Amino acid sequence: MYTETVMDHFRNPRNVGHMENADGVGQVGNVKCGDIMKIYLKINDEIIEDVKFETFGCGSAIASSSMATELIKGKSIDEAVELSNKAVIEALGGLPPVKVHCSVLAEQAIKSALYDYAQKTNKTIKGLENFNPEDEEEFGCH
Amino acid sequence: MNKKLYLDNAATTKVKKEVIEEMKEYFDVMYGNPSSQLYELGRKSKEAIEKARKEVADFINADEKEIYFTAGGSESDNWAIKGVAFANKNKGNHIITTKIEHHAVLHTCEYLEKFGFETTYLNVDQYGMINLEELKQSIRPETILISVMFANNEIGTIQPIEQIGEIAKEHGIIFHTDAVQALGGVRIDVKKQHIDLLSVSAHKVGGPKGIGAMYIKKGVKIDNFIHGGGQERGKRAGTEGVQNIAGFGKAVELAAKNFDEHNDYLIKLRTKLIEGIKANIPDVVLNGHPTNRLPNNVNFSYKYVEGEAILLLLDMEGIAASSGSACTSGSLDPSHVLLATGLDHGTAHGSIRFTLSDEITEEDIDFVVETMRAIISRLREISPLNK
Repeated sequence: MYTETVMDHFRNPRNVGHMENADGVGQVGNVKCGDIMKIYLKINDEIIEDVKFETFGCGSAIASSSMATELIKGKSIDEAVELSNKAVIEALGGLPPVKVHCSVLAEQAIKSALYDYAQKTNKTIKGLENFNPEDEEEFGCH
Repeated sequence: MNKKLYLDNAATTKVKKEVIEEMKEYFDVMYGNPSSQLYELGRKSKEAIEKARKEVADFINADEKEIYFTAGGSESDNWAIKGVAFANKNKGNHIITTKIEHHAVLHTCEYLEKFGFETTYLNVDQYGMINLEELKQSIRPETILISVMFANNEIGTIQPIEQIGEIAKEHGIIFHTDAVQALGGVRIDVKKQHIDLLSVSAHKVGGPKGIGAMYIKKGVKIDNFIHGGGQERGKRAGTEGVQNIAGFGKAVELAAKNFDEHNDYLIKLRTKLIEGIKANIPDVVLNGHPTNRLPNNVNFSYKYVEGEAILLLLDMEGIAASSGSACTSGSLDPSHVLLATGLDHGTAHGSIRFTLSDEITEEDIDFVVETMRAIISRLREISPLNK
């Protein structure tokens, strides 16, 4: 059902945990749908120095969170905002069709955390002009 | 590699060795068509079917002539509901069932709604028990069928079948019960329990897949299900799966012989597993009734975590179980049974069902408890909930 990479990131998730004094925090999904992802960012000089995640959800939700955090760690904000769910799926070696929404959640969680950072620092991030985290609150039931 | 622990016996069971032995000769030795009565090979096949029919009849205190073999539990449920509905539509168009039935019942009722039938879906309490007063109040002059499952496949709750049967009898309404999960785990007596129609399946009791039966009380008005030859007294046509029927008969014979010993042992394991989980893992909810449940069923919800993730980690330890989480069903919602008991979506997503067998030992139960403790604690560390 899952690729070896998905199972590896599920069994040994990278960047798990809570972050004190994060510069940006984003949470998407809801309990009703069975998926919640929370992303914490430490940003310095427009670079994502550290990232942590906490996820409630199935195996592919945990693996998608883990892979997404790996893909943006050490990258610039501009690069992170460009991260698509397709890139997460590719890096995982594929997801079953019914699990694609997990990768979408990961993308949205990162955008949500970047949005939070932009709000806190009064910055404008290119690519997030039309992003509304409120829309993402109910995200997940797909 | 760890020992493999199969704890999904409500999904299906391992076919018993004696059953396989019994089935073997009907492939290439006694392969005659049971309808071919003019030579010995055909007569032998027919004898095998009638021997199995008697085993099934005796096990539920029915007459042999009241047992009809089908392709399984889903077919029996379909036949019972559609067959009664269409044969009795001059009397009425109302069916009463429950919110926690198997989909073979629920989707059949939905299908009948297209033909003008109406269904009342009874509620259940937090333990999955129906309310007899609500049942009585739901009865209308046009009610033709009450269908309530004997025991639930997910949470194991056993319904007050005898009382339901009495109520149906008083009102002259046909009573069907889906006993697929109950067979072998609860005493079934169709006479004492006033049952008119009952569905069972072989593969839940150590028999082969693809074979089941329906008990139809003599005199119950029901349409034939498969039209064709005269097999099964013309009600369910098609050349009989003789080897499967013989295997079913053997499985039932064994279940009847070891009934008390088998179930006493399962209850001992069940109690140990329930107590072990409660004592070692915080924030759990037992789904189903604390005592009035199938001997092999243990179903808990583990708060703040999701069922599919638990199943994947259990599989790595060689443990097979199942979950009511939406992620394992391919649907958007978690189990309709858990939601009907009033569980919130989040808690329902975190449910795991273990269904035991007599191949499991008390040491295995200790291993399951310890494995679950570690898995739940690990997933809760990853979860953002309850922090």
